[in-house]
Amino acid sequence: MASTERPLSPHLQIWRWGLHMGLSIAHRTTGIGNAVGALLLVWGFYALASGPEAFAGFHDFLTSLLGRLVLFGVTFSVMLHLCTGVRHLIMDTGRGLEIASNRRIGILAILAAIALTLGLWAGAYGFAGAL
Amino acid sequence: MTKFRTPISKVRGLGSARSGAHHWWHQRITAVVNLFLVLWFAASVMTLAGADYATIIWWVRDPIVSVLLVLLIGSLFYHFRLGVQIVIEDYVHDEGTKKISLLALTFATLALALAGILSVLKISFGG
Ligand code: HEM
Ligand code: HEM
Repeated sequence: MASTERPLSPHLQIWRWGLHMGLSIAHRTTGIGNAVGALLLVWGFYALASGPEAFAGFHDFLTSLLGRLVLFGVTFSVMLHLCTGVRHLIMDTGRGLEIASNRRIGILAILAAIALTLGLWAGAYGFAGAL
Repeated sequence: MTKFRTPISKVRGLGSARSGAHHWWHQRITAVVNLFLVLWFAASVMTLAGADYATIIWWVRDPIVSVLLVLLIGSLFYHFRLGVQIVIEDYVHDEGTKKISLLALTFATLALALAGILSVLKISFGG
């Protein structure tokens, strides 16, 4: 891009690793990763609309070991993105920008994402009567 | 807000960083919409675990559920479209490749969103 010599902003290697940096990367990674969930969503409704046989194929995949692993990954990705997303929205209001408070809402986001993921899966197994 | 814009900037509608404030706002508006609809959808799917085909169809057909599902798919893919645009703009610096990537992104997200929405409507209208 730059055809003239201009000062560059500090590059990646000079930043010290910390929770904030990990969460920033995680928010972007899960945002992209959520595309897998979006594809599953469209596939599911397409299969539902196409009739019982098509839906059986979708259902067989989801309940297979691979399907369950993918769905568990998607659940955690969406829930982590959701919680770090709420953290972003809080920071947009100017809150949670001090080192201590930023760390606090960061840890809170991770714990909430784990709790939501495990809660949803425990609930699902409970409703399916397979617990 | 608009008062601070020059006429040419208004015509371009791209803002100072060529994507502009409206992109930022839409990312956040869809984020808040997603927050509620995704939690609703996740909780609903949880209660539908183990349900058979007929039960799920019956659930989708409820008019309120149909409307919320269409909104969820629309908001989710619009949010995704806006988010990946930022990622592309961060990493793809060649103008031509960037334009083509963004165009491909728009078509892909539009096609998927329409496929999802039409499927929901087909179920909901009893096709
Ligand atoms: C809840 C829904 C929405 C809200 C609250 C909303 C809000 C806004 C706001 C506040 C602006 C002005 C931003 C600025 O001054 O830079 C704006 C501009 C705009 N919005 Fe929306 N919007 C919504 C949905 C949509 C949708 C669904 C579309 C199209 C798919 C859209 C297209 C636009 C366009 C093209 C502009 C003009 C951008 C510009 O002049 O830079 N909006 N919107
Ligand atoms: C569940 C509720 C969700 C919330 C609260 C949320 C919140 C947010 C927020 C606040 C941002 C902007 C962050 C920033 O400016 O750096 C963002 C970015 C993004 N979101 Fe979401 N989001 C949600 C769901 C989704 C879903 C379902 C997808 C994908 C299908 C998604 C994909 C993305 C992507 C790709 C970005 C851009 C990431 C980046 O620029 O690094 N989000 N989200």
